[in-house]
Amino acid sequence: MLNYLTLIFLCQLIGEAFVAATGLPVPGPVVGMALLFAGLVFKGAIPKDLDTVSGALLANLSLLFVPAGTGIMVHLALLGSDGVAVSVALIVSTVATIAVTGLVMQALTARQRKGESDAG
Amino acid sequence: MPGDLQTELQGVWVYLSASPLLHLTLTLAAYQAGMWLYRRAGMNPLVNPVLFAVVVLVGILMATGTSYETYFEGAQFVHFLLGPATVALAIPLYRQFHRVRESALAIAVSLLVGSTFAAISAMGIAWALGAGEETILSIGPKSVTAAVAMGISERLGGLPSLTAVLVIATGILGAALGPLALNLAGVKDWASRGFAMGTGAHGIGTARALQVNEIAGAFAGLAMGLNALATAILLPLAWAFFQR
Repeated sequence: MLNYLTLIFLCQLIGEAFVAATGLPVPGPVVGMALLFAGLVFKGAIPKDLDTVSGALLANLSLLFVPAGTGIMVHLALLGSDGVAVSVALIVSTVATIAVTGLVMQALTARQRKGESDAG
Repeated sequence: MPGDLQTELQGVWVYLSASPLLHLTLTLAAYQAGMWLYRRAGMNPLVNPVLFAVVVLVGILMATGTSYETYFEGAQFVHFLLGPATVALAIPLYRQFHRVRESALAIAVSLLVGSTFAAISAMGIAWALGAGEETILSIGPKSVTAAVAMGISERLGGLPSLTAVLVIATGILGAALGPLALNLAGVKDWASRGFAMGTGAHGIGTARALQVNEIAGAFAGLAMGLNALATAILLPLAWAFFQR
């Protein structure tokens, strides 16, 4: 199990180093994700222990945003006099973005899948 | 003597509050209380466990006069796992590889539409409501994962620390309201729902998608990564073009 935790850390480390060296506008961990994904494609299967380790990390993914979330409440004063404009913009834009993206993706996927049976 | 007890308790408090364990434990406890409520509410997205934990923790920090820096000494151990967890998103993604491959075109188009829409709508509404230029520039990359969004904001001439605030707020809003918006819009396909959550609400939206459905979680993680890349390339270019 520890070997796969090390592998995950290693992927992140390589990702961080790659981003630092190339200036690519993606976070190091996302490059690490791509790297691990490539490794899985190469291997052709998910090792059972890797599945266990990643499952444990992902089971509580939203917990990991709590420290950063607490930080924003402390810095809310940064909004200053633009508070109302920003709140409206955030709410409307975020909700609309999610709806629009979902609709576009669903319409295109349905078109692409036409003729195939829906496997659910 | 009550006075002695109080001094003693104060001594214990001073000792505990200097140890990272206190704020680490508080973070876990607040989140678990949030999760308990979230489950009791049938995983209703409006009862967002992150929002609950944040409100409770901010209340505690304010009531005890604790600085965020002190809090973070404990919370950093949780925060640190964000990187490895992002790497681990490769596993659900690999499990959905066949779906990703067969909808590659839909993914590319949805990404471009979602990425552009997220930036233009946020900046447009902020501008229409009279926000200052620095704020408008800071809100542009609000749907992108925090580290990248701050970099984009800096390139545009925004305020990276303000962008960090807007990014987290967007994530919580998206996780809480996004599923309802998708229901109203009639988006039932799990891959599409997940992709929309990752595009509009980055990691926090991905966390919510993953709680509900593995296909949605995989597509959300993919969308989060792709949207960071797309916005980082497109937004500075579009802004430079717009300014000419």
